[in-house]
Amino acid sequence: MRNYKEKIIQILLTSLAFASLFFLIGIVFILVKESIPIISEINFLEFLFGKEWYPSRQPPQLGIFPLITASLLVTAGALSICIPLGVGAALYINELAGIKQKKILKPLIEILAGIPSIVYGFFGMLIAAPFIQKIFNIPTGLCALTASVMLGIMAIPTVTSISEDALSSVPKSFKEASYALGANRIQTLFKVIIPAAASGISTSIILGASRIVGETMTVLMVSGGAAVVAKSFFVPVRPMTSTIAAEMGEAAVGSPHYHALFAIGLILFLITLIFNAGAEHISKKYRIKLGLGR
Amino acid sequence: MKNKIVENIGFIIITLCLLATLFFLALIIYFIFAKGISVISWEFLTCAPRKAMTAGGVAPAIAGTIFLTLGAVIFALPLGMSCAIYLNEYNPSGFIVNAVRIGVNNLAGVPSVVFGLFGLAVFVKFLGFGVSVLSGSLTLGILILPAIISASQEALTAVPQSVREASLALGATKLQTIVKTVIPSALPGIMTGVILSIGRAAGETAPILFTAAAFYKRGYPDSPFSEVMALPYHIYALMTEGTRPELQTPIAYGCALLLLAIVLLISSAAIILRNKYGRYYVS
Amino acid sequence: MKSFIKIVSAALITALFAGNVFAGKVILEGSTTVLPIAQRAAEEYMDANLSADITVRGGGSGVGINSLISGTCDIANSSREIKDSEIQAAASKGKSPKAFVIAMDGIAVIVNPKNPVSALSKKQISDIYTGKITNWSQAGGNDEKIVVISRDSASGTFESFSELALNKQKVISSALMQASNQTIATTVSNTKGAIGYVGIGYVSDSVKSVPIDGVTANKINVLKGVYPYSRPLYMYSNGEPSGEVKKFIDFLISSDGQAIVEQEGFIPVK
Repeated sequence: MRNYKEKIIQILLTSLAFASLFFLIGIVFILVKESIPIISEINFLEFLFGKEWYPSRQPPQLGIFPLITASLLVTAGALSICIPLGVGAALYINELAGIKQKKILKPLIEILAGIPSIVYGFFGMLIAAPFIQKIFNIPTGLCALTASVMLGIMAIPTVTSISEDALSSVPKSFKEASYALGANRIQTLFKVIIPAAASGISTSIILGASRIVGETMTVLMVSGGAAVVAKSFFVPVRPMTSTIAAEMGEAAVGSPHYHALFAIGLILFLITLIFNAGAEHISKKYRIKLGLGR
Repeated sequence: MKNKIVENIGFIIITLCLLATLFFLALIIYFIFAKGISVISWEFLTCAPRKAMTAGGVAPAIAGTIFLTLGAVIFALPLGMSCAIYLNEYNPSGFIVNAVRIGVNNLAGVPSVVFGLFGLAVFVKFLGFGVSVLSGSLTLGILILPAIISASQEALTAVPQSVREASLALGATKLQTIVKTVIPSALPGIMTGVILSIGRAAGETAPILFTAAAFYKRGYPDSPFSEVMALPYHIYALMTEGTRPELQTPIAYGCALLLLAIVLLISSAAIILRNKYGRYYVS
Repeated sequence: MKSFIKIVSAALITALFAGNVFAGKVILEGSTTVLPIAQRAAEEYMDANLSADITVRGGGSGVGINSLISGTCDIANSSREIKDSEIQAAASKGKSPKAFVIAMDGIAVIVNPKNPVSALSKKQISDIYTGKITNWSQAGGNDEKIVVISRDSASGTFESFSELALNKQKVISSALMQASNQTIATTVSNTKGAIGYVGIGYVSDSVKSVPIDGVTANKINVLKGVYPYSRPLYMYSNGEPSGEVKKFIDFLISSDGQAIVEQEGFIPVK
């Protein structure tokens, strides 16, 4: 009797263990299923490279090239802020902070990583955008630059936290060997520790980028929302995520517009999938390199 | 000598990076607190919005956020724990471990708005739950599932093997061992993961945008199928809809302060809890 | 932990059954233009009828009508008339949307208060929005670049404006597409060379409403039908309304309801 119960529980647990995989596959299935009609509706290349996004016209014009470029532009801008600051802060915590400082800084950064994206969007809209408009003297502060700045700041804690983990997992012996050879601290840091932690740092950057590309509410509130191929950081843009968030509420179920939004979701999903696979690949290699595990 | 200068410059730059980071984050928190604190009052916390969202409180939004978050945890916790227990205690084959790991890692990286699309297509439309607490909770549940699995797994791994062996030696079955000894020992770690997930779920907006959120509703959700207001969505709605920005913006500041305070308190609690119990097994 | 879960699930289950006691449940969904009226009306209606439970959701006019057709809302708010295709879709599901005009709305063209331009013609508006005029000096203003601001290409207000003002021509692609009336008003008030359009309920002191062909966007001109960019706002019910839905619509059309319409800056139909 007892055995019977144990067996049932085990089978139950086995099936539940696949829940995450099941949902992942479910998401892929739904995205693909809801996207397919758009491919039969319009030429796939036209969808991907079309420069006109007028979903409510009759017939709708659904070219998402401006949306893709907007996402890339904003991501590039955000990365150029969060990489130096995030990695720099990690270096400080790892190398310069004393034990006491470290004890406060590490958890602090982790806590700050939890600030909701809507708060960044809200701050960006009310405070950062008017400020940026004034100092650059541009027509509107709701533009790619503001979105980049807000997303860049948002991603710093992620980058710092993972980079610091990578830095602190570099064996102490590396550092000691370097000092023994007469290198000073900064030489050791840049020639020994950073190269040894390079793949961990890259992982942090890729994961930061993945978070930036997928971020929705912040860009929805501060990016301005013009569906044009942006030629500079000072113009409003409409990234993919904010397009979905802004228009899904207005698209009629089953219309080409509805399917197009799912197709944008699919593209977003694929981009983050590639990022995550890249991060995984690098971090696996890195464990082998430092002899830290399987 | 030259080396010394280079070293100092390097350190100064690194220090500036940290200071800039802390400065930006402190700036955001400061502005939200400074402008939001004057709005917070007993009425703000306990009343429904009045006069076209220009007066009154945000109680329905607070309640909605609590319901959505609890719903998400009720859904994700048993699922995530089962998954972690299976992986950790039943020694599945390498294939299964890998498959699940791929699932968890990639699910964790899916953009939140994509979860929203999934929730819309599956819970709202296909299963017919409509725009409701239920749809929103399930969507948020899937969103926090990977975090709960990872945290539970970590906590279970930290339970020393000797604890299990002792229990088995006393004649307990595997299931009894897991339920009576392994889970209780791993509970603080699991709770840390759960609390962190609560913080995440409470702050998410995009997944509930088309699955749960209502612009205006008085009172509290009276069934799992009713729509709710939610704090993060309310901030967005106040900033983008309505005709009185000058009166709505202060309320939005109040909401942002509330949300920020809730999320920061929750994640501080989780991290303090982890640091406390984390040491327990290491020693 | 266990007992905690038990308590919460018990609470949820109780809530589930308790919930069905309320019969007066009405869900309104659709147009962001109608949203302030609907919200305020729901508020006052519930003050007067304690058993009523009214939920208001945003979205576009199309969404509201779609939800009405699929049965997920009771009243669809719309800033445009229902389309033929939507009537057919409704008929195929056994629904027959019935229209109620609950208010009139004018789409006001707004510029920054510092802008010296104080009159524009219909032609100029259409030229500005299609990109034929790009500098204020071409429209009687200073030598300054025109920052064109438009509603989201997915919104009902965008559809109305492009029909009423642009004769369905395409808005210049460099226009700033904003997601709501309020963000347009805010952006125009912050941006010197900006021009935008909003429902007249959104005109405030922080922006300047520009007369079109000499006609100001105000109550009298909209009611007289002389203001060119005006439109009725609708609520659609499924068939002849009954019960709480009927009571709510009756309330909105009554003088009390129309007072709300006026307070929110729209034009009462009575």
